[in-house]
Amino acid sequence: MAEFEKANSIGEWFDQRLNVKAFTKVMMTEYWIPKEINFLWAMGALLVMLFKLLIITGIFLLMYYKPDVNMAFDSVNYTIMQEVGYGWLFRNIHGVGASVVFLIIYIHMFTAIYYGSYKKGREMIWLSGMLLFVLFSAEGFSGYMLPWGQMSYWAAYVITEIFGGIPFIGGDLVIWIRGNFYVADATLTRFFMLHVLLIPVVLIGAIAFHFYTLRFPHVNNEEGEFFDYKKESEKYLAGDKANSKVIAFWPDFLSKDFMVIAIFMVFFFYLVFYNNGFAMDPVNFDKADGMKTPAHIYPEWYFLWSYEVLRGFFFEIGGVSGKDLGLMAFGFAQGIFLVLPWLDRSPMVKPANQRPVFKYWFWLLMADLFVLTIFGKLPPTGINAYVGFFASTTFLGLFISLPFLTTIESKIVGGK
Amino acid sequence: MINESRRGFMGKAFGAVAAVGAVASLVAMKKSWDPLPSVMAAGFTTVDLSKFTGNKLEIVKWQGKPIFILKMAADMPAVEKRSVKVGDSYYSVMIGLCTHLGCIPAYRDTTKDFKCACHGGEFTAAGVHSFGPPPRPLDIPPFTIKDGNTIVLGEAGAEYKALIASLSTDINIA
Repeated sequence: MAEFEKANSIGEWFDQRLNVKAFTKVMMTEYWIPKEINFLWAMGALLVMLFKLLIITGIFLLMYYKPDVNMAFDSVNYTIMQEVGYGWLFRNIHGVGASVVFLIIYIHMFTAIYYGSYKKGREMIWLSGMLLFVLFSAEGFSGYMLPWGQMSYWAAYVITEIFGGIPFIGGDLVIWIRGNFYVADATLTRFFMLHVLLIPVVLIGAIAFHFYTLRFPHVNNEEGEFFDYKKESEKYLAGDKANSKVIAFWPDFLSKDFMVIAIFMVFFFYLVFYNNGFAMDPVNFDKADGMKTPAHIYPEWYFLWSYEVLRGFFFEIGGVSGKDLGLMAFGFAQGIFLVLPWLDRSPMVKPANQRPVFKYWFWLLMADLFVLTIFGKLPPTGINAYVGFFASTTFLGLFISLPFLTTIESKIVGGK
Repeated sequence: MINESRRGFMGKAFGAVAAVGAVASLVAMKKSWDPLPSVMAAGFTTVDLSKFTGNKLEIVKWQGKPIFILKMAADMPAVEKRSVKVGDSYYSVMIGLCTHLGCIPAYRDTTKDFKCACHGGEFTAAGVHSFGPPPRPLDIPPFTIKDGNTIVLGEAGAEYKALIASLSTDINIA
């Protein structure tokens, strides 16, 4: 056993036992963040804040929610919304928060793409971030099922049906996932478990891992500049903060983050109180009915782009059915962002607008995702179907051409 | 070096126990997600066709799925390998789930076809896909004909087997 001296203060008592001072230095006051950043660098802290809000409101909802096909709908729409004190508030925060968390995830993600923050030693940051995106998507999907409205039911139906497209085992796999031949009580209870236990636990671990991946490559900056963190931090510690390229995570960086969070929270609660309709689909206020498909099914806005890729292929090409083509394109769309660090063959780490070729690719991708999102919500008839087909093909083409485009860029900039 | 070999043995022994445990756990976890016996045994649905009228779609529930039963009107021809003859009339007996992604198509009695609202797929009155993403005709559930005018869903009768055998394309037998 190690020897302990009598502590002279409470702080010292804890420091002896938990090494609090050294820990605070490593994690906070001597964890270095570049100075050349803007408000887009606050999205991470914002996401942590939203995740906490979702967990806290989720805990309150969990006390009254009943995961049973006969009781779920009323437990949400009657008990929580009308009887429980401020139950409506917890539900609105949870629903709006789930929607807005994807908005911030997309901003966070496309900030990383714009500034090239996914390559040259930063690949693990990107991969763990994409893992988080997948987990948040699964969390969003499983949570959307719980109110057991018509959209809950049919979203669950269509999404689980997608696994039926896997060769040979598809049909059995769908039944296995659902625990029944159709979306039923067994499906609801198992997705309830996933939503409130397994996925959140994995999410918390993945968030911690995502932070850890930042530790060695460090946070990127507005100019994509590489510099010696040790040298710059020494300048900072010596008191030359003006000439140092870094600031401390706490108090410098986080205090600015808190400012952004404060402004964002005003906007967020405006949505929660006065404009929550976008997260509360009216169709989902009809109770789930397995014998009646709503006239028009669409996912929440954050899944629309990949949904449109799924249904963009509606006719047979070269003997492959539209359904299979759509499924293949959908699978491609789900996985392709993951390998972005290896598709981008240009060594250049700069904001997209300073990159001679990548800038066109980036803004074209933004425009295409925008079109896919808009048309993902519209009924797939007439001209809409062709716009969807064109936008889906463009999406595939963009990612297939990226290695070639960035190789050209690499030559233009002379390998730098 | 005797300690090294002992440690090596302990490592291998632990590895073996862990591997057996992992496989056993996975089997148990997989089984726990299988449909329950009560679900698998979910039985049969008997439908009396005597009150059916032509060109009017009736939907019955079988194993949680909507089953389309459409009696052909006088002006609607029977379709080979699709239509079922019960009594004196022909019927379409199909699982009412779009073969694209499982939405329930709606019947339009004016145009005498099915339209799926989800992704725009269309089927003829006999359930053959005619437009959009559906890759194959509507699936036919196992059925048997009893007492002239009654059909039992869930039991593969002679008529059903003949129908399935006559199909050259791969039909997903429910």
